[in-house]
Amino acid sequence: MRPNWAEQMSEDDEKQQSPPSDLEFTSNKARNCNATGSGSGHPEFQPPYPDQVLENVLENVLHFVTSRRDRNAASLVCKSWYRVEALTRSELFIGNCYAVSPRRATARFIRVRALHLKGKPRFADFNLMPHDWGAHFGPWVLAMARAYPWLEKVYLKRMTVTDDDLVTLAESFSGFKELVLVCCDGFGTSGLAVFVSKCRQLRVIDLIESEVTDDETDWISYFPEGESHLESLIFDCVECPINFEALERLVARSPSLKKLRLNRYVSIGQLYHLMIRAPQVTHLGTGSFSPLEVAGQGDQEPDYRTAFAACRSLVCLSGFREIIPNYLPAIYPVCANLTSLNFSYANINTEQLKPIIRNCHKLQVFWVLDSICDEGLQAVAATCKELRELRVFPIDANEDSDSPVSEVGLQAISEGCRKLQSILYFCQRMTNAAVIAMSKNCPDLVVFRLCIMKRHRPDAVTGAPMDDGFGAIVMNCKKLTRLAVSGLLTDKAFDYIGKYGKLIRTLSVAFAGDSDMGLKYVLKGCPQLQKLEIRDSPFGDAALLSGLHHYYNMRFLWMSSCKLTRRGCQEIAHATRRLVVEVIRSADEEEMGDSVGTLYMYRSLEGPRIDAPKSVTIL
Amino acid sequence: MAYEKDLNLEATELRLGLPGTSEESAEKQTSATLRSNKRALPDMNEGSVSGDNHSNVAAAKKCDQETASPTKAQVVGWPPIRSYRKNCLQPKKTEAETARIYVKVSMDGAPYLRKIDLKGYKGYPELLKALEDMFKFKVGEYSEREGYNGSEFVPTYEDKDGDWMLVGDVPWEMFTNSCKRLRIMKGSEARGLGCVV
Repeated sequence: MRPNWAEQMSEDDEKQQSPPSDLEFTSNKARNCNATGSGSGHPEFQPPYPDQVLENVLENVLHFVTSRRDRNAASLVCKSWYRVEALTRSELFIGNCYAVSPRRATARFIRVRALHLKGKPRFADFNLMPHDWGAHFGPWVLAMARAYPWLEKVYLKRMTVTDDDLVTLAESFSGFKELVLVCCDGFGTSGLAVFVSKCRQLRVIDLIESEVTDDETDWISYFPEGESHLESLIFDCVECPINFEALERLVARSPSLKKLRLNRYVSIGQLYHLMIRAPQVTHLGTGSFSPLEVAGQGDQEPDYRTAFAACRSLVCLSGFREIIPNYLPAIYPVCANLTSLNFSYANINTEQLKPIIRNCHKLQVFWVLDSICDEGLQAVAATCKELRELRVFPIDANEDSDSPVSEVGLQAISEGCRKLQSILYFCQRMTNAAVIAMSKNCPDLVVFRLCIMKRHRPDAVTGAPMDDGFGAIVMNCKKLTRLAVSGLLTDKAFDYIGKYGKLIRTLSVAFAGDSDMGLKYVLKGCPQLQKLEIRDSPFGDAALLSGLHHYYNMRFLWMSSCKLTRRGCQEIAHATRRLVVEVIRSADEEEMGDSVGTLYMYRSLEGPRIDAPKSVTIL
Repeated sequence: MAYEKDLNLEATELRLGLPGTSEESAEKQTSATLRSNKRALPDMNEGSVSGDNHSNVAAAKKCDQETASPTKAQVVGWPPIRSYRKNCLQPKKTEAETARIYVKVSMDGAPYLRKIDLKGYKGYPELLKALEDMFKFKVGEYSEREGYNGSEFVPTYEDKDGDWMLVGDVPWEMFTNSCKRLRIMKGSEARGLGCVV
């Protein structure tokens, strides 16, 4: 039976042989499955047959199936289910923009209203990838402009988006409602200006940790006049001054505004004015949280506390980009309601934190700098019994710095916050004992990311490698899906991970392990592994090859500054055409003979991409 | 030619150069200090401007590398913190340290002005080189007595008092604090400036 959308793509014969294996979930079932029930030819040219009823029922039922994993499973039942699922999938998630082409995706799924697309791998955030590596949104937006005129939502992570892309987005979809850009780059305020001016139905514009060029265009004033539908306006990462009067007017005419996160160019005085216009906000990013430097401070200051008290629905607070701690007491009125507090840009000490945190009984998410010290973490542990996620960032992200948090803080958190599910902890010293304690006290851990900043650092008390600590985590935390390791680690740690990390999907390794055995343990033992990112570890070709059976089930493998050679990578490339094997040269790296600087390998239905820059060789 | 940044004695002086070379220039510098306050710069000696500039810059670079070697040992992308976050958390030193000093630069005959950040340069050699590159000219040889010789163009600046001064006459720090704008004059007009002090 020919899928009717194949006619659009007559040159793409492959598709008719077998439906493309699903992007997220791989199995050979689809290939073996024969059409059952549905007759041949196009349904609309045939008189209704009994199974038509079933198909209609299926279509209606599938509308309620939203989880993409469930949908992937449904699509593999048989061709009929595959077809109906494709017709009814409205939210399309693509974890690697190069795994499938825009053409193929838009051909299969024809009624998409929301696209979620991810580009570069995470290590790109740390300058380990050339700036022009790829992940361009352009081809996607052009394909969707043709295929999905009713597109409403786009969520992009680590993609390069140009100003032209933003214009295309705004001009091609009359009902466009939500744009969320996380860790993206390539565009500026002029693109934003055009975008906001043309999207009349815009409800959400969230710019999160993205790089936005300052084209000196006052984009805030480009929002159309009249009542706006804005529900979420997040621009705390935009490093350009904004027109405050325009912003104030915009907020005043956005009665549905619930999320407002300001950048550091908004002073605390300006924040006050915005808050009294929008007391209905649930998520607030405070901007600089300090007054303008210009004179005029002799005047009476507004009552910031009252403004906060008026925000009765406020549950998520962030910002504090240039905080003057004197102003901190203004937030007391909302502390008791807060479920999320982000102090990760606020240089505050223990004494400044304590009065705040002791009121935050409902806190579930807390991001903070290590400037609060172990004692600050103890205060958190004493009050925040509902804590689910903790992130402790270093104020001085330097290998040789003195970190004021240590195993003491981690131990305290483990004892006080038993419901902890996710932790990211930067420190300079750690002990196995504290990590083991956490593994026992916090059995609900799903994400455990420990970064001991000094490389190869052993247990600060015993001098032993950190193997046992991480071993305990994988053994005791039965729900663990994401793990990042650090410190001095031998192959033993990886043996533990392979043996016990049965649910691990994402694993980050840096400066760890002794030999190929380390990587082999992981590749052999972790069946759910999707994303494996490794840097500066002594794993070579033999280890790489040992995972061949597994790579097509993964989203990607990243290995930089390991012991790989061109020959080894070539062998993988030759062994299967379903993997794209990229070797990336860094700018100042000298290719020493056969050795490979960076390997980035991912499954794909498309083969080598055509937009790779010079620094990338696809084997 | 070696411009110095400070008037101070060698013990507390900030120098850009390898230990060997600095002693030499320090001697010259102290003798210059005794002579006058404003022009605490050693005489230009043999060697062309550009040659000395290069050796100075090269010496400066070497010194930088040595002092920077602890930081050079920093591994790329480690610890894994996004640069955006790192940049936001730069400990706020005094405003004076982080503040930029933008001044307009004009050149006689050029169609438009340029703007530069004086904080971006460590001393006169760097600044002059940048101006030369920007406006495509050569600055000539500097001497305390005669100012700039051997070039059509002369770098001058307007100081806080509104006076037009020759670039290079005062110590670097004093210059960056008092310079309001720069003007690269045609040699003929600038002759008068060299004789002010």
